[in-house]
Amino acid sequence: MHNVAYHRIERIAGSVITLRAEGVANQELAQVTSSFGTSLARVIRIDGDMVDLQVFAGARGISTDSEVRFLGEPMKVPYSEALLGRVFNGAGKPRDNGPEVDGERITIGGPSVNPAKRIIPKTMVRTGIPMIDVFNTLVVSQKLPIFSIAGEPYNELLARIALQAEVDVIILGGMGLKHDDYLYLKDFLEKNGALSRTVMFMHTASDPIVECLLVPDASLAVAEKFATEGKNVLVLLTDMTNFADAMKEIAITMEQIPSNRGYPGDLYSQLASRYEKAVDFEGSGSITILAVTTMPGDDVTHPVPDNTGYITEGQFYLRKGRIEPFGSLSRLKQQVNGKTRSDHRTIMNTMIQLYASYKETLEKQSMGFNMSNWDQKLLKYGQRFESEMMDLSVNIPLEKALDLGWEILADCFAPEETGIPTKMINEYWPKKG
Amino acid sequence: MKALPRDKKWAFTPVAKVGDVVVAGDTLGTVPEGVFTHRIMVPFRLLGKWTVESVAAAGEHVVEDVVAKLKNDKGETQDVTMVQTWPVKMPIKAFEERLRPSKPLTMQQRIIDTFFPVMQGGTFCTPGPFGAGKTVLQQLMSRYADVDIVILAACGERAGEVVETLREFPELIDPRTGKSLMERTLIICNTSSMPVAAREASVYTGVTLAEYYRQMGLNVLLLADSTSRWAQALREMSGRLEEIPGEEAFPAYLESVIAAFYERGGVVRLKDGSTGSVTICGSVSPAGGNFEEPVTQATLKVVGAFLGLSRERSDQRRFPAIHPLDSWSKYEGIIDSKKVAEARHILANGVDVNNMMKVVGEEGTSIDDFVIYLKSEYLDAVYLQQDAYNEIDAACSAERQKYVFDKVYTILKTPMKFSEKDVARTFFLKLTQSTKDWNRVKFDSQEFKDLEQSIFASVKEVSANA
Repeated sequence: MHNVAYHRIERIAGSVITLRAEGVANQELAQVTSSFGTSLARVIRIDGDMVDLQVFAGARGISTDSEVRFLGEPMKVPYSEALLGRVFNGAGKPRDNGPEVDGERITIGGPSVNPAKRIIPKTMVRTGIPMIDVFNTLVVSQKLPIFSIAGEPYNELLARIALQAEVDVIILGGMGLKHDDYLYLKDFLEKNGALSRTVMFMHTASDPIVECLLVPDASLAVAEKFATEGKNVLVLLTDMTNFADAMKEIAITMEQIPSNRGYPGDLYSQLASRYEKAVDFEGSGSITILAVTTMPGDDVTHPVPDNTGYITEGQFYLRKGRIEPFGSLSRLKQQVNGKTRSDHRTIMNTMIQLYASYKETLEKQSMGFNMSNWDQKLLKYGQRFESEMMDLSVNIPLEKALDLGWEILADCFAPEETGIPTKMINEYWPKKG
Repeated sequence: MKALPRDKKWAFTPVAKVGDVVVAGDTLGTVPEGVFTHRIMVPFRLLGKWTVESVAAAGEHVVEDVVAKLKNDKGETQDVTMVQTWPVKMPIKAFEERLRPSKPLTMQQRIIDTFFPVMQGGTFCTPGPFGAGKTVLQQLMSRYADVDIVILAACGERAGEVVETLREFPELIDPRTGKSLMERTLIICNTSSMPVAAREASVYTGVTLAEYYRQMGLNVLLLADSTSRWAQALREMSGRLEEIPGEEAFPAYLESVIAAFYERGGVVRLKDGSTGSVTICGSVSPAGGNFEEPVTQATLKVVGAFLGLSRERSDQRRFPAIHPLDSWSKYEGIIDSKKVAEARHILANGVDVNNMMKVVGEEGTSIDDFVIYLKSEYLDAVYLQQDAYNEIDAACSAERQKYVFDKVYTILKTPMKFSEKDVARTFFLKLTQSTKDWNRVKFDSQEFKDLEQSIFASVKEVSANA
């Protein structure tokens, strides 16, 4: 029974309340009214007639005789073009003092698209950042995490990608953000005129934990809708570790058997059902996902980055303010980098191989060994590579970046020292003079 | 939903005759399916001996038509259709005996076929951290492996990768048959966002289908990507059932389940005397590439070859990123194992010298040691690594491997003298360059011969000093 008010709550733990009710569906919404106000809640477990509800605003202030009324429908968010430029919380309520958005109400957390209905990703997303465009090209419909640690400028990186990426719509989902970071992102996009193509779903650290869980679902549901209308959508999520921690918090309060490091056993499935929303629809739009995952203690074996890495199509490591060339990987790059320019792959591999040698030389240098001729060349190369390619402030289109690559190589090495196929050298090696 | 359309007609040809005595797994008739002949067999679940009462004449039938009637000595009768059903978690045992693997299974990847060979009916695993190239390696194997049928069990992996196979394979031509690669490929698609119970079952579905085709005397390769996702599905379900968790929260029965799965591979002699095989390759994705974890360890106990992928090598863009010193194989390959052992010895020495150089510096290393180091790097660059982007270098036939290995081996064994380390380094950089060019031209073409000549001419120059 819908429209029946329940007044007897059996148990309250964390943000989960338990009561006896019948005819209730899983994931159905309910409205909980207490002396502190009204909040939505969502059914997360049914055991016989015992129903567990997650209260979006948290269970603080709820008493055992608070009123619970089931609404008979799952969680929905409004969708219309009017969403652009607006900021919402995880539950889909405006947080920018604007009016509620009227529009079609769409269910969040639906299934992902059948692989047989997808097309092979084949278009690159240009970002103007050489470490991405040249070395680990971002591809339409890709899902990529940015692995980083607290204190790194990952939100700045996201903001720059949002500004420079060639896409139609940007959906920015914030989870557990510091309020300052939220304001930074909003102001940055506003100042640079990108807000009008952006929709933000924001959950800050002080908001109820349950809303954190809704942010990715709400963001992706709206993204899916834009994509089916032919828009190329870029979804930026920050920070997925907070999302996983919120899941952990709820799972433990529900007395689920914890798996690795206290995270619920279905962490992989939960993350996958979000990331797998990335898609390229045949004859329509697409969804590309970039998600920040902070690694507690810079430990990539931590369950959240570890599980993420096995779901996503590569990863970017952001360390010391730069995208690391080692470890960072775009699994879809070979779908597009064969068609950009014939020297793209050569430059990509050669420059990284030489950079790896440069790192070895640096080690030797720090031990105080004599630097051979070859080492001197590598040192010169490595420094140019770091300052002209890796630096995050560099903003040049792909073709310029490739030309720059050849110029740096020619400046530091003789052609046969690079291991580049002879054919390529004849075609691209800059002529002296 | 039915897996096969129920209204499609297939051309049935009877093999068994009325009055024949048959047992489970015997052939009653055949149906052509794509590039091979599909046997219609006595249901595997039937026990004891049965007499053929009647068998359909040659002609077109839908899969659910009764094509034969059987009777046993107790007077029970059994209708046989072209549909076999089997519980996926039970091995199919309708064969005469299991044999030891004896034929090499080539993948056209030099580091595998030469250094860590696999055999038809063997089992092997490819553990590695994410991004080390497990899936790319499996895709190459599914393309170039010398088998009749390839089954890909995409267990909890990315949907995008399945899309790639689904869309690309129909376009690719299988060099063995001249038909589309898709005709020999079967995909069990259970990507990461699909239900967890189905993920747990998907590897079993894969191996059961492999066993089914093995019953037809075919050689099957099962690629399970990834068994870690499967183990996680076991963990997730075990947690939901509130079982007491074992190591890293995996269920206590993890090891025996993994062992039982790999043991379903193997070469068998069928009751009609022909042989068939199931080769199992499981990719394992341990957290952070640390092999000291339950799934990798349980897998290593039961496989015949271990192709460990390393983060270090993939960072250096050395593809395939199989670690040449940590990996091992218990199988016999296509190249004389003595020579392979010597080549591995050079690699190991090269690593030792490199480690030593990190401590004493290049100036403290003798030139002879330095040349050993350069030789090992040369072997690594021109033989262990393959350029997957290059049409020709991506697949190296067994014949070419034998030829090229012999030549590279000769170069490695040639004593060389250099006046200075820088001279030696320059020489090897050039040699590597030209040998890589050599790898990229067609085998036995004029260009191939010319490049070979120039390579050996340059080697002769430095060895003449010796």
